Amino acid sequence: MLDHELINRTLSTALETGGEFAEVFAEDKRSSSAVFDDGRVEELTSGRDRGAGIRVVVGETTGFAHTADLSETGLANAARAAAAAARGGGRRTRSVAVSPIDVDRGPGARIPPEDVAKATKVGLLTLANEAARGEGAAISQVSARYGDSRRRILVANSDGVLAEDDQIRTLFSVSCVAAGDTGLQTGRESTGRTIGFELFDETDVEEMGRSAANRALTKLGARPAPSGAMPVVVGPGGGGVLFHEACGHGLEADLVAKSASVFAGRVGETVASPMVTLIDDGTMAGEWGHFTIDDEGRPAAHNVLIRDGVLTDYMWDHLRARKEGRPSSGNGRRQSYQHLPMVRMTNTYISNGSDEPADIIASTQSGVYVAQLGGGQVNTATGDFVFGMTEAYLIENGEITEPIREGNLIGNGPEVLTRIDALGNDFAMGSPGTCGKDGQGVPVGDGTPTLRVTSLTVGGTAA
Amino acid sequence: MTDLLDIATRVAGWAKDGEQVEAFVVHERETEVRAYEGEVESLTSAESQGIGVRVISDGKQGYAYAGTLDHDALEETLREARDNAGFAETDEFNGVASPDGVATANLELYREGLVSFPTDDKVALAIELERATRATDPRIAGIESAEYIDSLYESAVATSTGIASVTRETGCYLAAYALAEENGETQTGFGFSIGREPSDLDPSVAAQDAADRATRLLGSIKPPTERLTVVLDPWVTAQLLGIVGHTLTGDAVLKGRSLFAERMGEEVAAGAITLVDDATNPAAFTASMVDGEGLAIRSTPLISDGILSGFLHNSYSGRRSGTASTGSAARGGFKSAPGVGAHALALQPGDRQPSDLIAEIDDGFLVQGVAGLHSGVNPVSGDFSTGAEGLRIRNGELAEPIREVTIASTLQRLLQDVVAIGNDTEWLPMNAAGVTLVIADVTMSGA
Repeated sequence: MLDHELINRTLSTALETGGEFAEVFAEDKRSSSAVFDDGRVEELTSGRDRGAGIRVVVGETTGFAHTADLSETGLANAARAAAAAARGGGRRTRSVAVSPIDVDRGPGARIPPEDVAKATKVGLLTLANEAARGEGAAISQVSARYGDSRRRILVANSDGVLAEDDQIRTLFSVSCVAAGDTGLQTGRESTGRTIGFELFDETDVEEMGRSAANRALTKLGARPAPSGAMPVVVGPGGGGVLFHEACGHGLEADLVAKSASVFAGRVGETVASPMVTLIDDGTMAGEWGHFTIDDEGRPAAHNVLIRDGVLTDYMWDHLRARKEGRPSSGNGRRQSYQHLPMVRMTNTYISNGSDEPADIIASTQSGVYVAQLGGGQVNTATGDFVFGMTEAYLIENGEITEPIREGNLIGNGPEVLTRIDALGNDFAMGSPGTCGKDGQGVPVGDGTPTLRVTSLTVGGTAA
Repeated sequence: MTDLLDIATRVAGWAKDGEQVEAFVVHERETEVRAYEGEVESLTSAESQGIGVRVISDGKQGYAYAGTLDHDALEETLREARDNAGFAETDEFNGVASPDGVATANLELYREGLVSFPTDDKVALAIELERATRATDPRIAGIESAEYIDSLYESAVATSTGIASVTRETGCYLAAYALAEENGETQTGFGFSIGREPSDLDPSVAAQDAADRATRLLGSIKPPTERLTVVLDPWVTAQLLGIVGHTLTGDAVLKGRSLFAERMGEEVAAGAITLVDDATNPAAFTASMVDGEGLAIRSTPLISDGILSGFLHNSYSGRRSGTASTGSAARGGFKSAPGVGAHALALQPGDRQPSDLIAEIDDGFLVQGVAGLHSGVNPVSGDFSTGAEGLRIRNGELAEPIREVTIASTLQRLLQDVVAIGNDTEWLPMNAAGVTLVIADVTMSGA
């Protein structure tokens, strides 16, 4: 994307005011999407974003500037702006020579999105709509969305690192509205992978449409959700959101360093039920949070965060790792070249336990079964977190019974981790997510087997 | 820099016969300073620009964008939007806006005082904010973030139907997230100060708010489940209004995704509720002169004395509803076509202070923060459930802090169950004003 000599000169310019570390992050991203809504293909959108962000670090201060101008002048101006922001080291000249790092790229996308005709992409939307509407006259509205992106990045820094990646992602979702005597209800289904159009070799969009429609239809008969603390069983895949919020964010080293995490200072301690082994793994090829190198040029890695209930490590980016004199864990990510990188999750999951899912439900006297989760939110300093249930049922006498309406569940991360008393053998990855932190969104994956928390507060209205 | 309107009109002028073209061009400069432990943690100086082009041909709509204003990119973006339109399906109501004769309010949204404010002074404000926050109370043990952010935003919209509008705004704010600690327990609180130029900002207000919100929660407990009266603080009310505003957009109504779709003229809220969307109010942080399609911003009554009286429309939803745009085209940047959205929602305030309203509540919950509005509120069905924290109200007085609970109801019921509105309207950095709201009979789910 950029010539090596140009990168070297840009980094030298960035270091002119005495910076200790400088980095160029260049990005060229093409995205396209198509939306079906209200009975027709509503719109296609496509776009391109291209530019570079330059970061200079002096002491505890980071200066950052970005530009959409990738010419020598544009880069030099951004380098000077970043250097001015992090001034204080005095003038000096330092030459930099970058060299490519060696990384295992994996197979990559088989069918890049640009090789697929727009009409073919649009055709999927129509199929999903027809399938969804076929589930019943109560389906009053259907929207479907196709999206793809190809993001080429280049990272080079004054440590001599030069790394490039080519990230292709494809996403498909269907949302339905069902209308009945009790009002309107919604159902959604989505899939997203870090692969090309071959996603649709393995994904049946009509099945997705039917599934979204049935979620909405089921909820037409849903009762108000219960209120108060009770046992909660979370189905396979969905529980990833729970861990993402309950402890994932709290294990990000930037929050830990500011004591804004309940998990600060607890490495080596038992923080969870001994059943729990929590892993963050950017190397999982094809998964939504996968990449070859992170946005700081570090290869993706398989990081065990909690092993058999014991906290083993946090997640690290370049800046936090540098302060601690240890390597980054490959968790430095950013939304785009216009953003500073920070510690972010990739694919975060709990590995399989040994319980039969059916036994977990059968041994729950009464509680709630959550089949599909929405998003969530956490306050890492207190550990209190919420997550939404978008498809859930009552458990009565060991059986899944009636559907309940939507709502949040609330708990405290450290408490909930110790209250996991059953873990299934049916591991699955969940739906693709966009994780937000400090205003930046990045794609993340998560997964779990079926699991039970002995007590979580369900935020409904029924007694 | 090149004049944005020139670029927009040039692109709109490339429309072929029988085709409508709209060009939206943006240029923004931002500075963000984060302070930590008396030093600059990071200083970002950002300049970004881009164009979004919408093409409508044979009733089919296509969109394309580019994060640059290079001449070649302009042509390529138009070509791409045109190509995209060819794959969409016909909707007779598709179309860009046309001039509608409504005059643009003359608001002073651009301040030289921000443009000329030196970077060193921005740094000093951020550092002062962090220092002041730490100094408010000995229990403030740390800072998650203390930042100064400003923006100089300019945009232009031009269409082949004769729209040619520009807007230029400055804005800035200070925001602090404080960590309070006592007996091994940590609580957090935020505070901010907003303005159009730095002289509007007061670090001591942001610092005190952040510290108060955090320290007030120290010693909080998780209470048992019960139904009670909740008092939403202005910050929480503004977030609730944002969701209500979404249900009143023409897009949601026309596509069967609004719980208010069939209820025009009916009583949908308590009689005390009068809700207006009015971004011509210069006090609003989101005040604006033109909407996302270049039409004049105007005031739209939505609920009047509890009666549903209006929906928000952009040109598409207005045309399709047989009415007209209410100047409510909303854009989330240049990367997507304009939708419909509220710009600056406000409830008509009551005439009593929040403390007087609280004094009348025997058993209640003052909610100072909510979490998970995006995951536990469904604006289509109206199901409402959110994590909450704040203070218990007992016998008319603020009592112990509570946390790790949810409050739940439905949007329909919340609006009907409003029993009082405070007199403390406060504009916040979002598309709604805050005001204290008292709502009866809400489920608080806890232990």
